[in-house]
Amino acid sequence: MIYEELIRDLALADDRLVVMTAENRALIRNLPAVLGGRFIDTGITEQTLIGAAAGLALRGRIPVVHALATFLTLRAFEFIRTDVGIPHLPVKISSFVPGFLSDGNGPTHQAIEDVSLMRGIPGMTVFAPADEADMLAMLPAIWASPDPAYVRINTRPGTYAHEPFEIGKAEVVAEGYDVTILVYGMLFEQALPARELLEAQGYSVGLLNLRSLKPIDEAALLKVVATGGLIVTLEDHFLTGGLYSILAEVLLRQQLTARVLPIALEERWYRPGRLSEVLEYEGFTAQHLARRIAAALGGEPAEFGAKTKVKENEFSE
Amino acid sequence: MTSDKKAELQALALRVREHIVRLSTDGGCFTGASLSCADLLVYLYADFLNISPQTLAAPDRDFLFLSKGHDVPALYGTFVELGYMPKERLANHLKANDHIYWHPNRNVPGVEFHSGSLGHLPSVGLGVALDNRLRGFHNRTIVITGDGELNEGSVWETVLVAAAHNLHNFTLVIDRNHFQANVATEDLIPLEPLGPKFEAFGWAVQRIDGHNFEQLEAAFTALPFSQTKPSVIICDTVRGRGLPSIEARADRWFCNFSADEVTSLLEELHSQEATKLTSETLTVR
Repeated sequence: MIYEELIRDLALADDRLVVMTAENRALIRNLPAVLGGRFIDTGITEQTLIGAAAGLALRGRIPVVHALATFLTLRAFEFIRTDVGIPHLPVKISSFVPGFLSDGNGPTHQAIEDVSLMRGIPGMTVFAPADEADMLAMLPAIWASPDPAYVRINTRPGTYAHEPFEIGKAEVVAEGYDVTILVYGMLFEQALPARELLEAQGYSVGLLNLRSLKPIDEAALLKVVATGGLIVTLEDHFLTGGLYSILAEVLLRQQLTARVLPIALEERWYRPGRLSEVLEYEGFTAQHLARRIAAALGGEPAEFGAKTKVKENEFSE
Repeated sequence: MTSDKKAELQALALRVREHIVRLSTDGGCFTGASLSCADLLVYLYADFLNISPQTLAAPDRDFLFLSKGHDVPALYGTFVELGYMPKERLANHLKANDHIYWHPNRNVPGVEFHSGSLGHLPSVGLGVALDNRLRGFHNRTIVITGDGELNEGSVWETVLVAAAHNLHNFTLVIDRNHFQANVATEDLIPLEPLGPKFEAFGWAVQRIDGHNFEQLEAAFTALPFSQTKPSVIICDTVRGRGLPSIEARADRWFCNFSADEVTSLLEELHSQEATKLTSETLTVR
């Protein structure tokens, strides 16, 4: 099963589902022939795309809209907020190449404030799958919900066998008492080996794949806080407004504190390049992450072995 | 149009203008822009659209989206006169426990969608028109925009997309009152020649006097103008129409009149003799 097959099958079973795009067809190239009038390409018009999606939703449709994450969340922000958010319409946003996945495009294409912006809209739900299998497990529930939804599309192959998905629930990959890594989206594939590297050094390391950023799994976060260990928030997002902020909000609401190492992009855009280059330069490979976390734990400088190979992203729009 | 029907519509429009004047105090409202489209809204709701307070839930009725949301007093005045809302509800203008304020709210029966931020409802209407076509309905989706609103790039996005999709069930109506907020459109961002602009974008165009009920009827009953193109009706209007003391005045965009002024303006609607206004005008750039 791939994304296109999932959306095709769901759309054929439910004629409320409409597939829309602002000429971003990378994942849905074969759908026009299958869906006919329920495939709507508005051209490079993110604002009109979202407005029209709101109009279709107003009439009872469930529009799944596709465009690049930056252009949707930034150029069309007011349309999402005003035409989808205010009336709370079930428009489903499939946001292409978010975070590090825009690799070689440069800062114009870097959606690294999208989580912050989208979760700031009342009633909007926000999701970030760890890999393709995780995404396919998540999307049916997200599209069936009556809420507007923003999904960081991630079609990268994974190796981890994910649990069934439930909106508002994190996936607990491992529990640990020295440190727990909280991660969402494509960095899961680096967090998983980073955890193993740290375990090999004798640390007890927990790992949570958050999946649902809004609603957030507050109980899962509080359980991690209760371990008393270091908490790492790992995200391809600006430090402001993302997971680090979400955790801070949860802690403050509960009048708790914790030792937190945020690993995010601090007040700058990342250096563009092939994905492996970006992760290496910005310090987000499994080895870099393990080194940064071990240093925060106060351990001796450790050697974390040779670089694991990062599967490159191929250009597609 | 029979003379009886014309007289009936004119009388209705006069009562709607009275509602607009009464709303132009105690906080005020966008009086000028409401008066310019009062005849248009009266014609559409009283005579043309397949919509009534009883059929709002019908899926195949017509749809009218007010994108220039600041003229909502004209809409609510029309709604009161045609039985969509009780007259008493207008007394809740700017009261926080109701939804009657300077822009439309969907909690008021008959309002299709909220607006206020310009350049949004052409795209929302486009989505509704696409849905109606998918369902095989022969109803109409109409979006009313202002002329200053045509400054917004998102309008022209939608104009391109609607033409590309051959949406002949989609109609844009432009309340061409020749004023932006503070200045004449042609002194700031000139729009003319407006009809040819739309023709160049692949739309079928008619341009009429938006205060003339015969012309309104002739244009709207001719819809769709094309079987392959969306239609646009440019209604030339006068901002503040019906009140000579504020007609086509740049400084009478938003009006917050005193109680005495409201009394004399209600007389002015009937006498067409300009009264002397003492309330403050808006600062013009």
